[in-house]
Amino acid sequence: MMGKIWVFMVLISVISAITNGRITELTSAISDGAAASIDFTLSIGGMILLWSGVMEIMRRSGLSEKLTKLLLPILRRLFPDAKHSEAVMGDIAANVSANLLGLGNAATPAGIRAAEGLHRLDRGRDASDGLCMLIVINTASLQLIPTTVAAVRASLGAANPYDILPAVWFASVVSQVCGICAAGLLSHFWKRGNV
Amino acid sequence: MNTLTALTVPIVLLLVGGFGLYKKTDIYDALVTGAGDGLRLLTRILPSVVALFVAIYMLRASGALDFICSLLAPAAGLLGIPRECTPLILLRPLSGSAGLAFGSEIMKNCGVDSYVGRTAAVMLGASETTFYTIAVYFGATGIKHTRHAVPAALCADLSGFIAAALAVRLFFG
Repeated sequence: MMGKIWVFMVLISVISAITNGRITELTSAISDGAAASIDFTLSIGGMILLWSGVMEIMRRSGLSEKLTKLLLPILRRLFPDAKHSEAVMGDIAANVSANLLGLGNAATPAGIRAAEGLHRLDRGRDASDGLCMLIVINTASLQLIPTTVAAVRASLGAANPYDILPAVWFASVVSQVCGICAAGLLSHFWKRGNV
Repeated sequence: MNTLTALTVPIVLLLVGGFGLYKKTDIYDALVTGAGDGLRLLTRILPSVVALFVAIYMLRASGALDFICSLLAPAAGLLGIPRECTPLILLRPLSGSAGLAFGSEIMKNCGVDSYVGRTAAVMLGASETTFYTIAVYFGATGIKHTRHAVPAALCADLSGFIAAALAVRLFFG
């Protein structure tokens, strides 16, 4: 998938460089881009390492477990088909709390366990409403502190790299609410069992 | 507000460290081990960052990027998204590295504290790599009939992008 997109980007660059007469610029852009990618990775590297360390403290000290317990009552409302299964609800809550804290490495395994659990409860051959809801929640951002973007802003000399936090929270909430509503509404148009 | 957001990170560090001490976690070991995981993450994303920076620099130098922006500009204008940020709408759901590479170029070229630069940052911060997530979850469960998952996820993405531009206008207008 990414391979096709990459070749497509190169292809339209070559075609457009020829039509615009920018062939020498295109050639130097290749080496500039490769060099810039290393500068970029190094300049955000320190912050990424620091945050990864902080996140490991959150995980080991049980902070994410605490959050998991707080989230359960809210999540039961979003997953009515799974609300009686302790194990599945636990995995969903662990997935969401790891996402909120930015623990990507913990969020994905918990999310996969939750997806398998939802699928087992449902036994259908197509995606259940609960599984679609879980996926939509995971594709819209939940992270409270967008550490990577803040690292990029810091590396570019932003006056206050974290001043975007309220805007990010606002946009994330809008995106989650729209996603959850869309999942609820659209589930009526994609009926079960059309496999 | 500005002092408050500037204080967020020091306070988060203090609270997380304090909570860890209170729970008798070996916080220094956790910090160092976690940073090691971060280093592995960085080395894992570096190859795709190289590939995508090259592609994005090529798109820009060839004039293709201006062309794509001008094609998308009317639709983006209706949604209130600045034209420089429109390629992010297409790239971000497909690839995290591409979104990051592209977003950081927008921030660098338009100014990291400008309206456009901030919008790019908020768009990145308030979205996920949608198609990757969908592939992982449906791959794990072996389900091929995905029903409304993709359209609903794209609704979430698009509303997040519109809200990102709106939020920057509201908070920094």
